[in-house]
Amino acid sequence: MAVGAQRTLRLAVIGTAAGLFSGLFGVGGGTVIVPLLVLWLGYGTREATGTSLAAIVVIAAAAMLAQGAYGNVHLGDGLLVGVPAVGGVLAGTALQQRVDPRTVSLLFAALMVATAITILVP
Amino acid sequence: MIGAIVVGLAAGVVAGMLGVGGGVLFVPGLALFLGLAQVDAEATSLLAIIPVALAGAANQQRYGNLRLRDAVVLGVLAIPAAILGVAIVNAIPERTVEVLFALLMLFVAGQLVRRALRAEPERA
Repeated sequence: MAVGAQRTLRLAVIGTAAGLFSGLFGVGGGTVIVPLLVLWLGYGTREATGTSLAAIVVIAAAAMLAQGAYGNVHLGDGLLVGVPAVGGVLAGTALQQRVDPRTVSLLFAALMVATAITILVP
Repeated sequence: MIGAIVVGLAAGVVAGMLGVGGGVLFVPGLALFLGLAQVDAEATSLLAIIPVALAGAANQQRYGNLRLRDAVVLGVLAIPAAILGVAIVNAIPERTVEVLFALLMLFVAGQLVRRALRAEPERA
Protein backbone atom coordinates (compact mmCIF):
# COMPACT_ATOMS: atom_id res chain seq x y z
CA MET A 1 0.00 0.00 0.00
CA ALA A 2 1.22 3.51 -0.77
CA VAL A 3 2.59 5.38 2.23
CA GLY A 4 0.01 8.15 1.87
CA ALA A 5 -2.91 5.73 1.74
CA GLN A 6 -1.62 3.77 4.74
CA ARG A 7 -1.25 6.98 6.70
CA THR A 8 -4.81 8.05 5.88
CA LEU A 9 -6.10 4.59 6.83
CA ARG A 10 -4.37 4.83 10.21
CA LEU A 11 -5.83 8.29 10.77
CA ALA A 12 -9.26 6.87 9.89
CA VAL A 13 -8.91 4.06 12.45
CA ILE A 14 -7.75 6.47 15.16
CA GLY A 15 -10.56 8.88 14.25
CA THR A 16 -13.23 6.19 14.39
CA ALA A 17 -12.10 5.00 17.82
CA ALA A 18 -11.80 8.57 19.13
CA GLY A 19 -15.20 9.55 17.72
CA LEU A 20 -16.91 6.59 19.35
CA PHE A 21 -15.27 7.41 22.70
CA SER A 22 -16.27 11.03 22.32
CA GLY A 23 -19.91 10.29 21.58
CA LEU A 24 -20.25 7.59 24.22
CA PHE A 25 -18.47 9.34 27.07
CA GLY A 26 -18.63 13.08 26.45
CA VAL A 27 -14.85 13.36 26.09
CA GLY A 28 -12.66 14.59 23.26
CA GLY A 29 -11.01 11.28 22.51
CA GLY A 30 -7.49 12.53 23.24
CA THR A 31 -6.66 9.51 25.38
CA VAL A 32 -7.01 7.41 22.21
CA ILE A 33 -5.50 9.92 19.79
CA VAL A 34 -2.29 10.87 21.61
CA PRO A 35 -0.82 7.37 22.17
CA LEU A 36 -1.82 6.14 18.70
CA LEU A 37 -0.26 9.14 16.93
CA VAL A 38 2.96 8.33 18.80
CA LEU A 39 2.84 4.58 18.18
CA TRP A 40 1.49 4.44 14.62
CA LEU A 41 2.58 7.70 13.03
CA GLY A 42 5.86 8.36 14.79
CA TYR A 43 4.79 11.61 16.43
CA GLY A 44 6.75 13.17 19.30
CA THR A 45 4.71 13.50 22.51
CA ARG A 46 4.20 17.27 22.34
CA GLU A 47 3.36 17.16 18.64
CA ALA A 48 0.82 14.41 19.34
CA THR A 49 -0.87 16.44 22.08
CA GLY A 50 -1.01 19.59 19.91
CA THR A 51 -2.45 17.74 16.92
CA SER A 52 -4.89 15.87 19.18
CA LEU A 53 -6.30 19.15 20.52
CA ALA A 54 -6.99 20.41 17.00
CA ALA A 55 -8.72 17.16 16.01
CA ILE A 56 -10.78 17.30 19.21
CA VAL A 57 -12.26 20.66 18.18
CA VAL A 58 -13.92 18.93 15.20
CA ILE A 59 -14.86 15.74 17.06
CA ALA A 60 -16.37 17.44 20.10
CA ALA A 61 -18.29 19.89 17.89
CA ALA A 62 -19.87 17.01 15.92
CA ALA A 63 -20.77 15.05 19.07
CA MET A 64 -22.07 18.19 20.80
CA LEU A 65 -24.36 19.03 17.86
CA ALA A 66 -25.69 15.45 17.93
CA GLN A 67 -26.32 15.69 21.71
CA GLY A 68 -27.93 19.09 21.12
CA ALA A 69 -30.47 17.40 18.85
CA TYR A 70 -31.48 15.27 21.87
CA GLY A 71 -31.78 18.44 23.99
CA ASN A 72 -29.10 17.34 26.48
CA VAL A 73 -26.70 20.30 26.29
CA HIS A 74 -26.86 22.82 29.17
CA LEU A 75 -25.39 26.03 27.72
CA GLY A 76 -24.89 27.99 30.98
CA ASP A 77 -23.30 25.06 32.83
CA GLY A 78 -21.03 24.36 29.88
CA LEU A 79 -19.77 27.94 29.88
CA LEU A 80 -19.35 27.89 33.66
CA VAL A 81 -16.77 25.10 33.43
CA GLY A 82 -15.54 25.83 29.89
CA VAL A 83 -14.52 29.48 30.29
CA PRO A 84 -12.18 28.94 33.28
CA ALA A 85 -10.86 25.89 31.44
CA VAL A 86 -9.64 28.11 28.58
CA GLY A 87 -7.37 29.85 31.09
CA GLY A 88 -6.32 26.44 32.36
CA VAL A 89 -5.43 25.09 28.93
CA LEU A 90 -3.28 28.11 28.08
CA ALA A 91 -1.39 27.55 31.33
CA GLY A 92 -1.27 23.80 30.73
CA THR A 93 0.21 24.02 27.23
CA ALA A 94 2.79 26.57 28.39
CA LEU A 95 3.67 24.37 31.37
CA GLN A 96 3.95 21.33 29.10
CA GLN A 97 6.92 22.89 27.29
CA ARG A 98 8.84 22.97 30.59
CA VAL A 99 7.99 19.99 32.81
CA ASP A 100 8.21 16.22 32.50
CA PRO A 101 4.76 15.06 31.34
CA ARG A 102 5.15 11.77 33.26
CA THR A 103 4.58 13.46 36.60
CA VAL A 104 1.35 14.98 35.34
CA SER A 105 0.24 11.66 33.85
CA LEU A 106 0.63 9.89 37.20
CA LEU A 107 -1.26 12.59 39.12
CA PHE A 108 -4.00 12.55 36.51
CA ALA A 109 -4.25 8.74 36.73
CA ALA A 110 -4.64 8.88 40.51
CA LEU A 111 -7.42 11.44 40.17
CA MET A 112 -9.27 9.30 37.64
CA VAL A 113 -9.11 6.18 39.79
CA ALA A 114 -10.58 8.16 42.70
CA THR A 115 -13.36 9.53 40.50
CA ALA A 116 -14.17 6.10 39.03
CA ILE A 117 -14.55 4.67 42.52
CA THR A 118 -16.87 7.55 43.48
CA ILE A 119 -19.11 6.75 40.50
CA LEU A 120 -19.08 2.97 40.93
CA VAL A 121 -19.85 2.97 44.67
CA PRO A 122 -23.41 4.34 44.87
CA MET B 1 -20.48 26.95 41.63
CA ILE B 2 -16.95 27.55 42.98
CA GLY B 3 -16.40 23.80 42.66
CA ALA B 4 -17.45 23.91 39.01
CA ILE B 5 -15.03 26.75 38.28
CA VAL B 6 -12.17 24.91 40.00
CA VAL B 7 -12.98 21.73 38.04
CA GLY B 8 -12.96 23.83 34.85
CA LEU B 9 -9.53 25.25 35.61
CA ALA B 10 -8.12 21.83 36.48
CA ALA B 11 -9.65 20.25 33.37
CA GLY B 12 -8.02 22.97 31.26
CA VAL B 13 -4.57 22.43 32.74
CA VAL B 14 -4.88 18.67 32.24
CA ALA B 15 -6.13 19.22 28.68
CA GLY B 16 -3.13 21.38 27.85
CA MET B 17 -0.59 19.08 29.47
CA LEU B 18 -1.94 15.82 28.03
CA GLY B 19 -3.56 16.88 24.75
CA VAL B 20 -7.05 15.77 25.77
CA GLY B 21 -10.34 17.65 25.88
CA GLY B 22 -10.68 17.49 29.65
CA GLY B 23 -13.94 15.53 29.49
CA VAL B 24 -12.86 12.98 32.10
CA LEU B 25 -12.92 15.88 34.59
CA PHE B 26 -15.77 17.91 33.05
CA VAL B 27 -18.25 15.03 33.15
CA PRO B 28 -17.93 14.09 36.86
CA GLY B 29 -17.56 17.80 37.72
CA LEU B 30 -20.82 18.72 35.98
CA ALA B 31 -22.60 15.79 37.64
CA LEU B 32 -21.20 16.37 41.13
CA PHE B 33 -21.17 20.16 41.42
CA LEU B 34 -24.01 21.19 39.11
CA GLY B 35 -26.25 18.15 39.57
CA LEU B 36 -26.51 17.15 35.90
CA ALA B 37 -27.59 13.60 35.00
CA GLN B 38 -24.83 11.48 33.43
CA VAL B 39 -25.89 11.88 29.78
CA ASP B 40 -26.57 15.62 30.20
CA ALA B 41 -23.17 15.99 31.87
CA GLU B 42 -21.55 14.26 28.89
CA ALA B 43 -23.40 16.44 26.38
CA THR B 44 -22.48 19.62 28.26
CA SER B 45 -18.87 18.47 28.63
CA LEU B 46 -18.63 18.32 24.83
CA LEU B 47 -19.66 21.97 24.65
CA ALA B 48 -17.04 22.96 27.25
CA ILE B 49 -14.35 21.00 25.39
CA ILE B 50 -14.65 23.03 22.16
CA PRO B 51 -13.16 26.37 23.37
CA VAL B 52 -10.59 24.49 25.47
CA ALA B 53 -9.32 22.42 22.55
CA LEU B 54 -9.39 25.45 20.27
CA ALA B 55 -7.30 27.59 22.63
CA GLY B 56 -4.94 24.71 23.37
CA ALA B 57 -4.43 23.93 19.69
CA ALA B 58 -3.77 27.61 18.89
CA ASN B 59 -1.16 27.74 21.65
CA GLN B 60 0.50 24.53 20.45
CA GLN B 61 0.55 25.95 16.92
CA ARG B 62 2.68 28.80 18.25
CA TYR B 63 5.06 26.29 19.86
CA GLY B 64 5.31 24.41 16.55
CA ASN B 65 3.58 21.29 17.89
CA LEU B 66 0.58 21.10 15.56
CA ARG B 67 0.25 19.16 12.28
CA LEU B 68 -2.91 20.75 11.02
CA ARG B 69 -3.50 18.54 7.98
CA ASP B 70 -3.44 15.31 9.99
CA ALA B 71 -5.63 16.92 12.66
CA VAL B 72 -8.29 17.89 10.13
CA VAL B 73 -8.26 14.47 8.42
CA LEU B 74 -8.49 12.71 11.79
CA GLY B 75 -11.25 14.98 13.07
CA VAL B 76 -13.41 14.77 9.95
CA LEU B 77 -13.07 10.98 9.73
CA ALA B 78 -14.19 10.74 13.38
CA ILE B 79 -17.53 12.46 12.82
CA PRO B 80 -19.68 9.40 11.86
CA ALA B 81 -18.44 7.40 14.88
CA ALA B 82 -19.04 10.37 17.20
CA ILE B 83 -22.66 10.65 16.03
CA LEU B 84 -23.10 6.88 16.41
CA GLY B 85 -21.71 7.06 19.97
CA VAL B 86 -24.18 9.79 20.89
CA ALA B 87 -27.08 7.76 19.48
CA ILE B 88 -26.02 4.70 21.50
CA VAL B 89 -25.61 6.60 24.75
CA ASN B 90 -29.08 8.11 24.39
CA ALA B 91 -30.61 4.67 23.85
CA ILE B 92 -29.16 2.76 26.83
CA PRO B 93 -29.94 3.05 30.58
CA GLU B 94 -28.21 5.91 32.46
CA ARG B 95 -26.60 3.63 35.08
CA THR B 96 -25.01 1.59 32.28
CA VAL B 97 -23.49 4.80 30.89
CA GLU B 98 -22.16 5.68 34.36
CA VAL B 99 -20.53 2.29 34.83
CA LEU B 100 -19.03 2.38 31.32
CA PHE B 101 -17.68 5.89 31.99
CA ALA B 102 -16.08 4.74 35.26
CA LEU B 103 -14.51 1.76 33.47
CA LEU B 104 -13.19 4.13 30.79
CA MET B 105 -11.53 6.21 33.50
CA LEU B 106 -9.90 3.16 35.08
CA PHE B 107 -8.66 2.06 31.65
CA VAL B 108 -7.22 5.49 30.86
CA ALA B 109 -5.61 5.69 34.30
CA GLY B 110 -3.95 2.31 33.77
CA GLN B 111 -2.73 3.39 30.35
CA LEU B 112 -1.27 6.65 31.71
CA VAL B 113 0.60 4.83 34.46
CA ARG B 114 1.96 2.26 32.01
CA ARG B 115 3.16 4.96 29.62
CA ALA B 116 4.62 7.12 32.37
CA LEU B 117 6.59 4.21 33.81
CA ARG B 118 7.85 3.13 30.40
CA ALA B 119 8.68 6.52 28.88
CA GLU B 120 12.08 8.16 28.95
CA PRO B 121 12.14 11.54 30.69
CA GLU B 122 11.42 14.19 28.07
CA ARG B 123 13.79 17.13 27.77
CA ALA B 124 12.15 20.51 28.23
